[in-house]
Amino acid sequence: MSIAASETSGSAPVAGEKIMEVDGLFKHFPIHAGFFRRQVGAVKAVDGISFDVMRGETLGLVGESGCGKSTTARLLLRLMAPTDGSIKFEGQEIADAKGPELKALRREMQMIFQDPYSSLNPRKTVGSIISDPFVIHGMHKEGGARKKAVQELMDIVGLNPEHYNRYPHEFSGGQRQRIGVARALALKPKVIVADEPVSALDVSIQAQVLNLLRDLQRDLGLTLIFIAHDLSVVRHMCDRVAVMYLGRIVELATSDQLYSHPRMPYTGALMSAVPVADPRLAAAKKRQVLTGDVPSPTNPPPGCRFHTRCWKAQEICRNEDPPLEPKDGGNLATCHFPLTDAEVLERVPTARNVES
Amino acid sequence: MGAPLLEVENLKVHFETEDGLVKAVDGISYTVDRGQTLGIVGESGSGKSVSSLTVMGLTRSRNARISGTVRFNGKDLLGASEEDMRSIRGNDIAMIFQDPLSSLHPFYKVGAQIAEGVRAHRDVSKAQAWDRAVEMLSLVGIPEPRKRADAYPHEFSGGMRQRAMIAMALANDPKLLIADEPTTALDVTVQAQILELIERLQSEFDTAVVVITHDLGVVAEMADEISVMYAGRIVEKADTDTIFAAPEHPYTWGLLSSIPRLDASRDEELVPIPGRPPSLINLPGGCSFHPRCPYVREAHKKVDPKLEPVAGNPGHQSACLLDSSVRRKLWSELRTGVKPDEARADVMAAEEKAV
Amino acid sequence: MAAYIARRLLWVVFLLFTITCITFVIFSVLPSGDPAVARAGRSPSPQLVEVIRVQLGLDKSKPEQFINYIGDILPFVGGNGIYLGFSYQNNTDVLPEILERLPVTIFLATGAVILWLSIGIPLGVLSAVKTGSALDRIAMGIALLFISAPVYFFGLVALYLFDDQIGIWPILPGNSAYGEADSLLGKAEALIMPWCVLAAAFAAIYARFLRGNLIDTLQEDYIRTARAKGLSERRVIFRHGVRAAITPIVTLLGLDIGILLGGAILTETVFNIPGIGRYAFNAITVSDLPVIQGTVLFGAFFIVMMSLIVDILYAFIDPRVRY
Repeated sequence: MSIAASETSGSAPVAGEKIMEVDGLFKHFPIHAGFFRRQVGAVKAVDGISFDVMRGETLGLVGESGCGKSTTARLLLRLMAPTDGSIKFEGQEIADAKGPELKALRREMQMIFQDPYSSLNPRKTVGSIISDPFVIHGMHKEGGARKKAVQELMDIVGLNPEHYNRYPHEFSGGQRQRIGVARALALKPKVIVADEPVSALDVSIQAQVLNLLRDLQRDLGLTLIFIAHDLSVVRHMCDRVAVMYLGRIVELATSDQLYSHPRMPYTGALMSAVPVADPRLAAAKKRQVLTGDVPSPTNPPPGCRFHTRCWKAQEICRNEDPPLEPKDGGNLATCHFPLTDAEVLERVPTARNVES
Repeated sequence: MGAPLLEVENLKVHFETEDGLVKAVDGISYTVDRGQTLGIVGESGSGKSVSSLTVMGLTRSRNARISGTVRFNGKDLLGASEEDMRSIRGNDIAMIFQDPLSSLHPFYKVGAQIAEGVRAHRDVSKAQAWDRAVEMLSLVGIPEPRKRADAYPHEFSGGMRQRAMIAMALANDPKLLIADEPTTALDVTVQAQILELIERLQSEFDTAVVVITHDLGVVAEMADEISVMYAGRIVEKADTDTIFAAPEHPYTWGLLSSIPRLDASRDEELVPIPGRPPSLINLPGGCSFHPRCPYVREAHKKVDPKLEPVAGNPGHQSACLLDSSVRRKLWSELRTGVKPDEARADVMAAEEKAV
Repeated sequence: MAAYIARRLLWVVFLLFTITCITFVIFSVLPSGDPAVARAGRSPSPQLVEVIRVQLGLDKSKPEQFINYIGDILPFVGGNGIYLGFSYQNNTDVLPEILERLPVTIFLATGAVILWLSIGIPLGVLSAVKTGSALDRIAMGIALLFISAPVYFFGLVALYLFDDQIGIWPILPGNSAYGEADSLLGKAEALIMPWCVLAAAFAAIYARFLRGNLIDTLQEDYIRTARAKGLSERRVIFRHGVRAAITPIVTLLGLDIGILLGGAILTETVFNIPGIGRYAFNAITVSDLPVIQGTVLFGAFFIVMMSLIVDILYAFIDPRVRY
């Protein structure tokens, strides 16, 4: 662990320093129809989001399926090109990066995928999977050095370096996710994006991978962008959390603040919906059940996007799109009628915890 | 109170494979009363799904060896003829599954699939069955049920599909509903809707529910009683409050401390269970949890623990070779944030002193 | 849907044009016998060959020949409708010759299709439901045999065994019987052997394909749901399993019919049946370019159209498919 840490010491975490700045980011997937395949609409997967990522922090992106969190991740890594907007990495614009510039960027940012089964090539040994990034970027050219580097990585993520020549199927789910982590760490990136890294794993294995990610993030001073639908996991892992709904960020706050004082009713509903592994708390809380389904991202509702399912919605919510702005408590939220503390206390188990 | 609605006794489901005998379910017993909710918790491969499919008579593999007894309303199900089982399935016992999209036939309308289940057990006309389907869709909260009955599963959202599955399962007023990971494939707000729906319908029709899940949160909210399964066995069984407040099996402790909890401090360390679940072909000797157990002693590798009542609470059973007093000490230490290794050292030291 | 069909039809035209180009290049640019010499008869004078050359337009440059050929095919150019040229060999127009043979080919294809579906599908279902049983193993073993043996080999074996002239058990009319039969019943009788030979390999392919599909389908979650509803096993297998497993067969069937309508070359040749296939075969042996091009284009037309029909049909059999 010390090796990697010493080499990244030049970029030790500096409090309050922005490593990424996202401004007005859009990603629309066009829908075509008719004889000439005219564009008749678009899936507005990401629809105008702005946020900063601080160096050395863990930023969480939560939301339900289709909210645009995975698309956002892929845009940040420039695995796809945005429709519009700006993404800056260490002050440099990367939204329209191409070719060699993009390749250089790959060394700075890496991704860990959800499914440890399908994201590893079954016909390659673990050693060659982890050393792929070295090959692509022409690093550690001499055979011996490459093997040594790979075995160091395996050691860091808690795999037995002697298993260098084994194939992915010989490993369990949790170990395979470790392989994915080692591959992502190979180029000593500054930013790692983890897209649902534990949701395919068994409960007892999840904790192993979560602890590994948290330790690595702290020891290597990594910036981690952590995407998950499991709110308890996100709270455990992240310093700050952005809640997404229909392609927008609807609330952004520090983890403590968000979980004890959510301001956006959607965030409150999410938190009250999480089943709590404590029967007394479960019985005490009021489960805020949202009616209906998430509207189609092709045709999001006017005004506040959440108004169709919000129990606090009034006339203004149907007409005026609320901006993401500071609310009482410091959270950024898009809401005309933020939750009151009493409403929060009733619904959100973490609020109760903090109060008591 | 009369006899329980469902009685499972020493149920074993073994599969003969080329690699050896897979002991998917290895002697489990439980009962479910009318209107009660039993939660079965376990990881993949613990045998929780196989056991309930066997109760339904849906373990069809030719190499399956099934023994034990399953009694439903006093009637033996394992010995019942295929025709008898058919008349019970979907009628007295119904089941819903994890993935509602793949569990619905893609080529038939949702209404038709529900009506088909009605006509399998009731002598009614197609129109009457269709009306029943619409009535059920409306009951589970699907807007414009008559119109939606005419739609195909792919035209439904995930939550609506699971509602349709529930409508299908409850169409014949079953006495028992088996829900196998009913909300795992769903988003959290939809999960809340579905849990609420199952609870509402259960109290309305006094249906007994067996909910099978890996999610401790789901059973905490739904179940009256919980059985924890590991490697084909039930390792702990108690009412829900006891399982969460005073568990007496190291595997249950492991599960509870490996999930981040919304009601705990954010900085609390997760304590993963080391290693991984054993192969069901080569189960470890003695207690099958011993290779992963932080409190293992030499004797535990040889003696196979039985599920026995814990001292002072006959409703609470645990299959652990540690002494009950030791277990309680360990758990109270773990609860205060002591790591398993330290807790073990403390308790061992205390024990030696006592000796 | 209409826009989809319109775009697909445009694609059909493009595809047929490309096929025409390719056949033209293969048969006229690559060296083969000089058609003018072939047409001129035995030991012709150079002058006669030259006259025929001019007559056939072979003196013009290749691109010019191609443009003329395309112009003749297009129905609205040159005022001669669809014109596929005329046979060097028989001195007759190609299109009427093909159309005259079409009913024979359709008759052969239809009978074979009915035969292989009515054998292949039940066999596939039975094998899938009884996987691993003796019946399954025997059926699949025989199927493999039929798939491996080429039609011309099989045809000859059939003739050797059953032909009423030369067979060991002379019970069926065989070689050339079709041309000699004058009643519909007689023609049908003459086709019994070709039908069986042609259908054997297809029945085997379909049985294996359906078996594999159905075995996979029976593992699906919705089959488990159907059983959990308490449906009878028969209903589970047929209404839920076979209904889903048989759908991809439509694709297979569409393309196979398309191919057969273009002429079952081997079967027609072995049994001497006067269909499009034998017409094409004869043309190939004497390098009769216009006939070859005509039959290839005709065959391609059927295949392309059938695949279009299949795709449209899909919208009706699989509710998830929408255009």
